Amino acid sequence: MTVLEQRGAYRPSPPPAWQPRTDPAPLLPDAEPYRVLGTESAAKADPGLLLRLYAQLVRGRRYNAQATALTKQGRLAVYPSSTGQEACQIGAALALEERDWLFPSYRDTLAVVARGVDPVQALTLLRGDWHNGYDPYAHRVAPLSTPLATQLPHAVGLAHAARLKGDDVVALAMVGDGGTSEGDFHEALNFAAVWQAPVVFLVQNNGFAISVPLAKQTAAPSLAHKAVGYGMPGRLVDGNDAAAVHEVLAEAVRHARAGGGPTLVEAVTYRLDAHTNADDATRYRQDAEVAAWRAHDPVELLERELTARGLLDEAGIEAARQDAETMAAALREHMNRDPEPDPMDLFDHVYADTTAQLREQRALLRAELEAEQEQSGAGERPGAREGGTR
Amino acid sequence: MTTVAVKPATLAQALNRAMRDAMAADPAVHVLGEDVGTLGGVFRVTDGLAKEFGEDRCTDTPLAEAGILGTAVGMAMYGLRPVVEMQFDAFAYPAFEQLVSHVARMRNRTRGRMPLPITVRVPYGGGIGGVEHHSDSSEVYYMATPGLHVVTPATVADAYGLLRRAIASDDPVVFLEPKRLYWSKDTWDPERPTDVAPIGRAVVRRPGSGATLITYGPSLPVCLEAAEAAQAEGWDLEVIDLRSLVPFDDETVCAAVRRTGRAVVVHESTGFGGPGGEIAARITERCFHHLEAPVLRVAGFDIPYPPPMLERHHLPGVDRILDAVARLQWEAEG
Repeated sequence: MTVLEQRGAYRPSPPPAWQPRTDPAPLLPDAEPYRVLGTESAAKADPGLLLRLYAQLVRGRRYNAQATALTKQGRLAVYPSSTGQEACQIGAALALEERDWLFPSYRDTLAVVARGVDPVQALTLLRGDWHNGYDPYAHRVAPLSTPLATQLPHAVGLAHAARLKGDDVVALAMVGDGGTSEGDFHEALNFAAVWQAPVVFLVQNNGFAISVPLAKQTAAPSLAHKAVGYGMPGRLVDGNDAAAVHEVLAEAVRHARAGGGPTLVEAVTYRLDAHTNADDATRYRQDAEVAAWRAHDPVELLERELTARGLLDEAGIEAARQDAETMAAALREHMNRDPEPDPMDLFDHVYADTTAQLREQRALLRAELEAEQEQSGAGERPGAREGGTR
Repeated sequence: MTTVAVKPATLAQALNRAMRDAMAADPAVHVLGEDVGTLGGVFRVTDGLAKEFGEDRCTDTPLAEAGILGTAVGMAMYGLRPVVEMQFDAFAYPAFEQLVSHVARMRNRTRGRMPLPITVRVPYGGGIGGVEHHSDSSEVYYMATPGLHVVTPATVADAYGLLRRAIASDDPVVFLEPKRLYWSKDTWDPERPTDVAPIGRAVVRRPGSGATLITYGPSLPVCLEAAEAAQAEGWDLEVIDLRSLVPFDDETVCAAVRRTGRAVVVHESTGFGGPGGEIAARITERCFHHLEAPVLRVAGFDIPYPPPMLERHHLPGVDRILDAVARLQWEAEG
C-alpha cells in the first residue's frame, strides 16, 4: 500500500463498467514467421500462382541488377536496391485486385512495376527528370514516397474514403523497419484501427535502416507485435517466401475487403545490397551474415519448390531468364536515351491557376533560355521549344 | 456587393455557414478534426455540422494532427474535399511534414494528375488571453511553402466568401482564422450569404491619400482604428486588407502605394523574417520612385509569443502604428 493510500487520499477504483474491448490473444502474431515453401503447406499452393510469382521474381531480380548498373553509368541519380526482398514486393503486389491501391516507399519499385506501371516511368524519381513518372490513377499506385511512413496515413484516408463511397477497395501501404519508428506509422495504424479502414500495412523488415540494425530501432519482440496495441491483428511472415507472403497478404486483403479492418504484416527479409549505391554496407555488417541470407534467397527458394514439384525444368528457368533479359534490355535501351525534361514544367503544376508572380518568373526563364539558344546558335535545347507547355 | 442586414452575425457563424453551405452543395466536402463533431469545435465553428450531415461527413478524429492531415490527403486522392481543423496555431506543427512534403507538392509531383483540394483551417494569432502555444502567428511558415494558398479573412463577409472559395479551390488552402475576431459582429445577413472574396485579391477597406497601411486578419480592426485616430493629426490614412497572403496582390498594393507614396505594413507576426519584410521588399522593388519614405513595419516583437498578461505590450496597437506613421517624414510634404 502506498503512503497516499494509507492516508486515504487516494483510493484507486476501476472506472465503472470497464471492460477490455477485445481479447488481445487473437491479435498476437505467431512466434515464428509463417512459411509455405519447404513445408507441407506448399503442396496446397496453386501451381499457376507459384509460376506467376516465380516469373515476376526473376524479372525483379534482373530489374534490380539493371537499375544498379544504370547508377554506375550515371543514368540514375540513385537506386535503392531491393535485391533479396523481391518476394515481399511481388507477393504483396500480386495479392491486390485491380481496383485496389498501392502506397509504396522509395524501395518498392518492383511492387510498382508489378502493378503494371511502365518500368521506365517507375524510375523517373530516381533518374531525376521529374519527381514522379506515372499517372497514379492509371494503375492505382501512389507516387513513391521518400519521407518515411508519411504515405501510410494517405493509404488510410483513401481506404476510408472508398468505404464511405461504398467501394470495396483495399489499400496496401508498404514501409520499412526504420519507418515503424516514425510518428506517422503510429498515427496511421491508430486511425486505421479506430476507423476500421480497409488497409493492409506491410513492414518489410530487411534488418537495417541504412546502417542502424533492428535491435537499435525497437525493443518490441517483433514489429508485428505493434499491431496489438492498436487493436488489429499482427502477422509475421517469412519475407523471402513468396508463397507465404502472398498467402498472408491475400488473407489480410480479404479480411479488409470484408469489413474486418486493418492488418499489420511484418515480412522478415534481408537487403542483400547496400542501402543505395551511395552506401558502404561493409561498415555495418559482416560478410557471414550476408552469406547466411544468400543461402535463403527468395528466388532460389521458389525455384527449388517448383523444380521439386516438377512444375519447372531447365527450359522453364531459361525461359524466365530470357524474359527478364528482354525486359532489362528494353529498360537499358530506354534509359540510355537522354531525357528531355521541359523547363517550363517547373511552373505549370504549382497551382491549378498560375499566379501573377509565377507568370513573371516563367517569362524570365523563357527569356534566359532564348538567350542561351541564340548564343549556342539555334541549338536543340528542349527548354526553348515553342510553347513549352506540350 | 450588397447584403441585407437582418441581424448581426459573428465571424465564427459565417465560417460555420460557409461549411454548411459547402457541405450541402457538394457531398464530397468532409470536415474532420479533433472535437469538430459532437462538441462543434472548441470555438464552435463546426457547431451542428455532425448533427446535420452525420458523423461520416463531420468526423471527430483521434488526437493526432499529422494523422488528421495525412488521412485527408488520402481522402482527397479518392475525390473528397476535406476541410481539416487544426485546433490552435501551434497544434498544427506536428502536421507540418504532411503539409510541406505532400499537401503542397502533390500537384507538382504528379504533373497535375493528383491535385489535392484540401482546406486546412488554422485558428491563429493572439489577443484572446491564451496560454503558451495558443496564440502563434504562423503565417510565414505557410507563405514560404510553394503550392499552398494562404488566406485570412478579417470581416464577417470575407470569412464566408473566402472559406467557400477555399473549399471550392482545386489547390490546398491554408485558411488562417483570426481567433480574436471570431466574436466580432457585422451586419452580414447569415440567411442570404454572398460569396464576395476571390482568393488572391486585396481590398481597400478605407480610402486615404496620405499613407497606406497594409495589413490582414487580426490587425485590420486595429489599423482602421489607427486611421480614425490619425485624422486628428491631419493624416489621411488608407487601409488595405490583403485577405490573401499567397497569391499576393501586388497590383492593389502597389497601386495604393504609388498614390500615397508612403506605406506601413502592420501584423502580429514577428518583424524579423516576417511577412512584412517580404511585402516591404516587393513594394520597394516595384514602387521605389514613388516612395516618399522607407516602407516601415509595425510587427510583433521578435520573441516567442508572450504570456497572456504581457501580450498587450507585444501586439501592434494604435499608438505604435501612429508612431510609425509619424516617422514617415511628414514635414517633407509641407
